[in-house]
Amino acid sequence: MKVQLFIDGQAHLATLGSNLAAALAGLPGRCSVSGQPRAALCGMGVCFECRVTIDGQPHQRACQRVVYEGMEVAREL
Amino acid sequence: MSSELHTDIAIIGAGPAGIAAAIAACAQGAHVTLVDDNPRPGGQIWRGGPSQAPASASSTFRQLADSQARLLSGFRVAAIPAPGQLLLEDPHRAQVLRYGKLIIASGARERLLPFPGWTLPGVTGAGGLQALVKGGLDVRDQHIVLAGTGPLLLASAATLRAAGAQVLLIAEQAPWSQLARFGWALKAYPAKLAQAASLAWQLGGVPYHHASHVLAALGQTRLEGVQLQLGARTLTLPCDWLGVGYGLLPNTELLRALHCQISQGAAEVDALMQTSQAGIYAVGEATGIGGVDKALLEGRIAGLAATGAAAAAQALAPKRKRQLAFAALLDKHFALQPAITQLAQPDTLVCRCEDVSHASLQLFDSWREAKLQTRCGMGACQGRICGAACESLYGWQGSGDRPPLLPTRLGSLLEPTLAKANPT
Repeated sequence: MKVQLFIDGQAHLATLGSNLAAALAGLPGRCSVSGQPRAALCGMGVCFECRVTIDGQPHQRACQRVVYEGMEVAREL
Repeated sequence: MSSELHTDIAIIGAGPAGIAAAIAACAQGAHVTLVDDNPRPGGQIWRGGPSQAPASASSTFRQLADSQARLLSGFRVAAIPAPGQLLLEDPHRAQVLRYGKLIIASGARERLLPFPGWTLPGVTGAGGLQALVKGGLDVRDQHIVLAGTGPLLLASAATLRAAGAQVLLIAEQAPWSQLARFGWALKAYPAKLAQAASLAWQLGGVPYHHASHVLAALGQTRLEGVQLQLGARTLTLPCDWLGVGYGLLPNTELLRALHCQISQGAAEVDALMQTSQAGIYAVGEATGIGGVDKALLEGRIAGLAATGAAAAAQALAPKRKRQLAFAALLDKHFALQPAITQLAQPDTLVCRCEDVSHASLQLFDSWREAKLQTRCGMGACQGRICGAACESLYGWQGSGDRPPLLPTRLGSLLEPTLAKANPT
């Protein structure tokens, strides 16, 4: 079963129950303080590399969140 | 809105150790609250919860479900407002938890060390990639290289393969002589030997190189390939994912903040798992990396000891010897080779949060000095990644943990004051 989430306003489908960091893999991710591209590193909530804004809440670790219908994700640039 | 929770036994971490502690403490009639940062219980080894865990875990999950333990998933410990209290935060709210006794089952993280290109998207921890796949990352037909050290590389490779990935090779930094001695010593642990044999069987056909390590991850904006040192030769391989992990490190931030004695990176405990602070226990990987059997046993001991069942706890304590001997084996045979700490080039970033390079850190003699001048370790992860790197590369010890333990909302930090003003 799939759920629809919005990443920077674009609709994406993800498998129900899956992890948000897994759903974001392959999409452009965050930029570091010096402008380098970054994505999930530790996969378990330690490194904060996968952080995104979720439903208006900034600095949420994507790897520690499960996707849900209507989830609004914004990349932190 | 403000609220305060009360419990007899607070347990931090719902991996095998925390779950075992909760089951044992509940059976003694105590009120137990199990707090966990992840969306589902199970820790990292059983990441994804009951539906994804191996059969061996199902009875443990069933006992937890049948117990009266209150499970707070998705909550992390932000700060310690006062003795006997923890400030918890989830994505939406903050709560103060008041406890009688505390059991810390904070688990472990991977040791991630810098090498050229390690910040590229597509480079992850070896266990990190396994965690992402358990979380639903689609790796079907993806080409993957795993490198680093320890049995986790094999477990990760098995998970990736089962998910349809093509694991091109595993590069283990330990030399053959050490691996052979580890294999020989495993004879004393038939269950672990059987597990290793089963992994080896599942990984049939995946080349396993000893005395080998990653030299560099290649790519512009995403990983495109990897350069490897395989014994005496070098090899460049195109790949989609590179998982690199140099063993595990106990998560000790909360223990340090509570002034529990730490020795060689792990919590010091007595025979009944109590730390140097009365009423605070530590169990599982937090007391030293030893795997799931050690975690389950220590959780049980602490769950009993913390609820006054000292005799029952004492009766289990001798069984720990065997688990600790296994932990020592892991430590000894997968010790890092000197080459691993010399992979960073001058422009390789060591602190990924503040983008601080190896060259700029080499100018300093201590963690504190480097922090003040470069912001190394002062970013979002609060030194959780670069702290271990700086210790391995420069021999710097951490300079102590101060609350908040993680980036925390200002509103959450106000919660203890609000809770006092509006007691429930």
